[in-house]
Amino acid sequence: MIDLLVPLLAGTLAAATPVIFAALGELVAERSGVLNLGVEGMMLVGAMAAFAGATGSGSLWLGVLLGGLAGAGLAVIFCVLALNLLANQVACGLALTIFGVGLSAFVGRAYVSLTLRGLGPVTVPGLSQIPVVGPIVFRQGALVYLAILTYGAVSWFLYRTKAGLILRAVGESPQAAHAIGHPVLRIRYLATMSGGFLAGVGGAYLAVAYTPMWVEQMTAGRGWIALALVVFATWRPGRVLLGAYLFGGVTILQFHAQGLGINLPNELLSSLPYLATILVLVLISRNYQTIRLNAPASLGLPFHASD
Amino acid sequence: MTTLRRIARLSVLTGVVLLWGATGPARAAEPLKVGFVYVSPVGDAGWTFQHDQGRKELEKALNGQVVTKFVENVPEGVDAERVIRELANGGHQLIFTTSFGYMNPTIKVAPQFPKTVFMHATGYKQAKNVGIYNARFYEGRYLTGVIAGRMTKANVAGYVAAFPIPEVLQGINAFTRGMLSVNPKAQLKVIWVSSWFDPGREREAAMTLISQGADIVTHHTDSTAVVQAAEEKGVYVFGYHSDMSKYGPKAHLTATTHHWGQFYIKTAREVLAGSWKPGSVWGGIKDGFIKLAPLNPAIPADVKEQVAQLEKDITSGKLHPFAGPVKDQEGKVRVAAGQTMTDDQMQKMDFYVEGVQGRLPQQ
Repeated sequence: MIDLLVPLLAGTLAAATPVIFAALGELVAERSGVLNLGVEGMMLVGAMAAFAGATGSGSLWLGVLLGGLAGAGLAVIFCVLALNLLANQVACGLALTIFGVGLSAFVGRAYVSLTLRGLGPVTVPGLSQIPVVGPIVFRQGALVYLAILTYGAVSWFLYRTKAGLILRAVGESPQAAHAIGHPVLRIRYLATMSGGFLAGVGGAYLAVAYTPMWVEQMTAGRGWIALALVVFATWRPGRVLLGAYLFGGVTILQFHAQGLGINLPNELLSSLPYLATILVLVLISRNYQTIRLNAPASLGLPFHASD
Repeated sequence: MTTLRRIARLSVLTGVVLLWGATGPARAAEPLKVGFVYVSPVGDAGWTFQHDQGRKELEKALNGQVVTKFVENVPEGVDAERVIRELANGGHQLIFTTSFGYMNPTIKVAPQFPKTVFMHATGYKQAKNVGIYNARFYEGRYLTGVIAGRMTKANVAGYVAAFPIPEVLQGINAFTRGMLSVNPKAQLKVIWVSSWFDPGREREAAMTLISQGADIVTHHTDSTAVVQAAEEKGVYVFGYHSDMSKYGPKAHLTATTHHWGQFYIKTAREVLAGSWKPGSVWGGIKDGFIKLAPLNPAIPADVKEQVAQLEKDITSGKLHPFAGPVKDQEGKVRVAAGQTMTDDQMQKMDFYVEGVQGRLPQQ
């Protein structure tokens, strides 16, 4: 039993990592009231930039950094359109995904044939020798740990710092935040760019650590799962982490079951993240109060200082 | 688009002018325009890459007699119809549509260009000017199965598969039969990932198989993730479509690779000579459609010899991967001893043979 559990849980931690990065990033942006549906595009551009940076410089960490910056760069395009020019956020986000898919494919053409020695696992001395827990938790890639640290950082920032409080205030009522002198536009810019950065790092994890390669559309829909996850988590970082492990775990569990000859309904399990998200949406949309309690009040709405 | 069309129109015009002024020999000098439609980018390995290798062989072999053009990354559906029509409009007299989903678009466009020859890969619909072609991938799978059976120490092999359609099942079953023919104790575990292309899931499935004891894995999906996972975990792997040894130099034993070049050359020659007729071609090792990639030095010499001999036997027709008796998992005889599974039966395959673990997902 333990023999089965170890690879299952270790696999879950690794599988959930790209989604955790992207979803935490999107959560920060949405908490400031910006709905950026371009996560898939930002992840792909991040993956591409990371792979190019890693093969070009030989440094995988430089690649990861470049991936994050590329994601943030793409987010800037979104900000200009949606925050400065007040274009519809949903349309801009969708356009950003389509753009990101195309841009990464175009720039990435030269990199399709290259191979990369990916980031290997980090074995924590001593701790990795603990039975069961050791191989699951302490023999993972560095980015797997970084994802958990990012969760801690995002939670701490949103709930324990003044800046986090202001960011959430902007997401609830940009008018009020503006009236007491907070620079709404700048805060939303920074939040959205941070979101882009984390989405880029999520893509980078795929391209330099998880499946070290570059191929078009290699994120294969993980950006959309990240978006769904934010809603599923009702905009709380802890639930994002749990949800990501839950959905990642379902996939891995399903594979293990197949390997053991137990058939689970494959397609149904693949659609579970989306079904669960719809369920959560239905539950919190029951009445005005539950929506107000859970979702940032100004999510997706344009704001202009003259309002 | 408009420039493309303009160029196309211009080239048709030049063609007409040339025809007008020229006599017989000059007309023969006009090269045959051959178009290819690809479902994904050419890339560096995989299904489309192998078709493009075939296109390059065609250009080289019939240098001066043909010019080729390809359109890559064409989604199956309405876009495909537009691309095929544009190629035909642009004066391409021979068009290869290289993905299953191009079947209906090809059949739809073909009647509008009765003088153009269309060749559709992996489909089943033919017409007056539409022929079909496919490769007997399972022959290569059988041989890799034999290698797996000889080389596995755990007696467990793993197979990462996309969707339970006949083509994939042929591969799984042929692999299993090859493996069992040399090692009756061996078993195959299959994981379906429900996607042709998702490097992350492919990797997770391979890791699962390896953690459950498989010491040789292979895949019927489109990325190289399984090869990389095997290299990382220090187990053996067989590539598919292309030689993927670059992605796992130690792990990659060999690969079932596809070779379309000879067939493309033959078809172009027939069209040039005016002797082309519609039909269905299903080529295997004998026809040069399927080859094994160079064998890894880790394979012992006697295994190499055995594989070479079996390859000869398949070529000569002495060995058929689905020669009876073929039993399914429940032990039911699907093909009686002394008989061989027909092409028709193979194209409708919907069961696991003996030796495959687990149950086939219901479709």
